[in-house]
Amino acid sequence: MDFDFTDDQRLLKDSVDRLIADKYGFEQRKKYMAEADGWSRELWAQYAELGLLGVSFSEAHGGFGGGPVESMIVAEAFGRGLVLEPYFATVVVGGGLIQAAGSDAQQAVMLPEIAAGSRLVAFAQVERSSRYNLADVQLTATKSGDGWVLNGEKSVVLHGDCADTLLVSARTAGGRHDRSGIGLFVVDAKATGVTRQGYRTQDGMRAAEIAFANVVALDVLGDPAGALPAIEQVVDQAIAVLCAEAVGLMSEMHSITVDYMKQRKQFGVPISQFQVLQHRAVDMFVALEQSRSMALFGTVMSADANAKARSRAVSATKVQIGRAGKLVGEEAVQLHGGIAMTMEYKVGHYFKRMTMIEQLFGNTDTHLAKVSDAGSLF
Amino acid sequence: MDLNFTAEELAFRDEIRTFFRTEIPESIRNKVQEGQHLTKDEIILQQRILNKHGLAVPGWPVEWGGKDWTPVQRYFYSDEMQQAGVPGGLAFNTSMVGPVIAQFGTDEQKRKFLPATANLDIWWCQGFSEPGAGSDLAGLRTKAEMIDGHWVINGQKTWTTLGQHADWIFVLCRTDATVKKQEGISYILCDMKTPGITVRPIQTIDGGHEVNEVFFDDVKVPAENIVGQPNKGWDYAKFLLGNERTGIAQVGASKARLKRIRELAAIEPIGEARVLDDPKFREKLSMVEIELKALEMTQLRIIADEKGTAKGKPNPASSILKLKGSQIQQWTTELVMEVAGPYVMPFAMSDEGSGRNEAGYGPEFAAAAAPAYFNKRKVSIYGGSNEIQRNIIAKAILGF
Repeated sequence: MDFDFTDDQRLLKDSVDRLIADKYGFEQRKKYMAEADGWSRELWAQYAELGLLGVSFSEAHGGFGGGPVESMIVAEAFGRGLVLEPYFATVVVGGGLIQAAGSDAQQAVMLPEIAAGSRLVAFAQVERSSRYNLADVQLTATKSGDGWVLNGEKSVVLHGDCADTLLVSARTAGGRHDRSGIGLFVVDAKATGVTRQGYRTQDGMRAAEIAFANVVALDVLGDPAGALPAIEQVVDQAIAVLCAEAVGLMSEMHSITVDYMKQRKQFGVPISQFQVLQHRAVDMFVALEQSRSMALFGTVMSADANAKARSRAVSATKVQIGRAGKLVGEEAVQLHGGIAMTMEYKVGHYFKRMTMIEQLFGNTDTHLAKVSDAGSLF
Repeated sequence: MDLNFTAEELAFRDEIRTFFRTEIPESIRNKVQEGQHLTKDEIILQQRILNKHGLAVPGWPVEWGGKDWTPVQRYFYSDEMQQAGVPGGLAFNTSMVGPVIAQFGTDEQKRKFLPATANLDIWWCQGFSEPGAGSDLAGLRTKAEMIDGHWVINGQKTWTTLGQHADWIFVLCRTDATVKKQEGISYILCDMKTPGITVRPIQTIDGGHEVNEVFFDDVKVPAENIVGQPNKGWDYAKFLLGNERTGIAQVGASKARLKRIRELAAIEPIGEARVLDDPKFREKLSMVEIELKALEMTQLRIIADEKGTAKGKPNPASSILKLKGSQIQQWTTELVMEVAGPYVMPFAMSDEGSGRNEAGYGPEFAAAAAPAYFNKRKVSIYGGSNEIQRNIIAKAILGF
C-alpha cells in the first residue's frame, strides 16, 4: 500500500501545476471566458502539446499511457484553476467512451485526433425526463440500409455547442427504461438535421440543447443494443475525475478562506481570532481531507474489474464529495461575508462550479440510494 | 499509488486475525460486540493471554516487550483486534503510563512497574482531570509538597475511569505554583492503598459505574515515585498525545459495529418486512459507512506517510482521527437504537451496569442500545474534547 506518485506522475503533476499557476489566474480566466467559444483555443493547443488531451490514452493512440491516477492529477489541478476548456467532455467522457466501446479501428482514428487537440467530442445523454438514469433513453436510432437514423432530443450536453463529434445514446430496441436496447452513435455535429442551441452554464462553462431530426449517424460504437455497460463504466470513471476536480475546488476554497480570515479585520482584530469562525474553518478542513481520502479510493476503484464494486465505491465517493462540497462552498461564502457574493471575487466561482458538479451524473441523493441498495461498503 | 497490501502484510494480518479469534474467549468478544461492559476478571484474563503471547504492549520499547513493527503491522494489530471484539490491553497501562515510564522512568521504576503493568498485575488508573480542570487541564490544583522526604498530596481528581479496580494511580500534581501553569506540574505514581485516598463512584447517565472521584487527603508518597524531573510532568503527559494515532479513530471497532447492525437490521421485523428493507434506514446506515470508509482511507494515508520520508512528523490529517472517529462511534449507537425501536425503552441494567438483557424484554441486543448511546457521548468529550481538537487544528494547521 502506498499513496506515492511514480516519477512520471510527479512530472505530470509538476507540469500541469505550473501551467495552471502561469496561465489560469483569476483575471486571465475572465479573458478566456470572453473568447468566442467561451474558452481558449490557444490553451487547448498547449494542453495537447503537454500531452494532457491524451493523458489516459495509450501511447499507440498518441496518448500519455496513463490511467485513473493521471486523470486525477490533471483534474485536481484543473479544479484549482477553474479551467474552462472542454477537457472533461472531450477527453474524460468522449475519449473514455471511445476507449470503452469503440473498435480498434475507431479508436485508432478518433483518439489520436483528440490527443492532438483537433477533435472535440461531447456525450449527448441527458433527456428532458431522464434525470440521472442512464438507462432512461427515448431518443431513437432506427436501422436504415447500412446505417442508423436518429430522432429525438438531448439536454445539457456539456460543451455540445463546440463539439465536432457527438456521441449519442439512443434506443434501438426495448422499452423506455430497459437496460438492453441502448446504442452509442457517432454523429457529425454539423450533420443535416442536427440543431444545437449553445448556452453558458452557471459555472462559466458551456453546454447545449440538441435536437436530432432524421440524422444519419456516421458510425456506431460497439453493440447497437448493448452499450449501457460501457456507458456506466465510463460514467463511473468520469465521476471519479469530477470528484478529483472537486478536491481541487475545495482545497482552493479552503485556503482562500483561511487567508482572508487572517487579513480581514473587524472589531479591531483579524476575524481569524474568533473561535466561532476558527471552528467552522476547521470543519471545512476536515471535510476537505475526508474528501481527498475518498477521492483516492474512488479513483483507484473506478478501474476495478468488478462492475458492482466499482459502481458502489464511485457512488460512495460522489456522496462524500457532494456533502463535503456543499459544506465547504457554503462556509467559504459565509466566512468571507459580503465580498464572496460578488462576481469580482474568486471564491464564489469555485462555489458555483462545486454546486454544478453535485448535479452532474447523479446528485448526492441519487448516489446515496445506489450505495444503500448495493449493500455494505466493507 | 496502490491500495493493496503486500503478501507479507496480508500474511501478518491473517495470523493476527486468527490469533484474536481463537485465543481470546468468545464470551468476552461477544460482550464487546454487543456493547456490554466487561467485568474486571474478564479484562485481566484477556490481557494476560495477550501478554503470554507477547502481544499486550507492542508499542513499548522492544526490551520491555514491545514489537519493532511497521506502521502497517501496527495498523493491522489494532484494526483486527477491534474487529474481533478483543478489548486489548487496558489503555491506562499499555498506552498511558507504560510508555511514559519506559521513556522517562528510572531503571528501578522500569523493573518494578513495566512487567507488572504489561501483565495487568498492577491495574493503573489516571489522575488527570479535576472538578476545576477539564479542557484546561494545566489549570489543575491537586498539590504535592515535599515534606520530610515524601511527596504529600492533597486535592481531588475526577472522571477516574475504572478507578474502583485500580491498584495504582498516576497523578498530575502542582509542585510549583509560582511559575507558568504548564511548568509547575509533576507526574507522580501512587499506590491506591496509601492512607488518605478515598474513591467515590459516579453513576453516569447510562446507569453504569465506570468513573469515580478520587480524593487525596495528606497522602504520603515516597520521593522516588516521581517520574522524570519535578515540574516536567506536563511534557510527559503531552508526549502521549503524539504517541498513538491510529488506534484512536476506532475504525476497526466501528466496522464491526456496522456489520453487526446490518445483521440485526436483517432480523428485526417491521410489520411483514425487516428494518433493513426500509430505504430510509438503509441510507442512514450507508451514510455512516461512507464516512467510515473515508476515515479508513485517511488513516491509511497517515500510515503510508509514517512509512515514508516524513517519518515522525505528524501528518495534518492525523488530527482528524479523533474528531471524526468519535462522531462515527456515536452515530453507530444511534443506528442500534433505531434497529431496537420501542425495545430501546426497558431499563434492564444489571447491578454492575453490564447492559445484559437479564429481564428478557424484547430482543437480546436491545437492552444495551440506549445505554450505549448515552455512554458514547463521552467519546467526544474525553481525551481532549472535539472542541479542543478543533482548537489544535486551528492553531497547528490553519495557523490561526
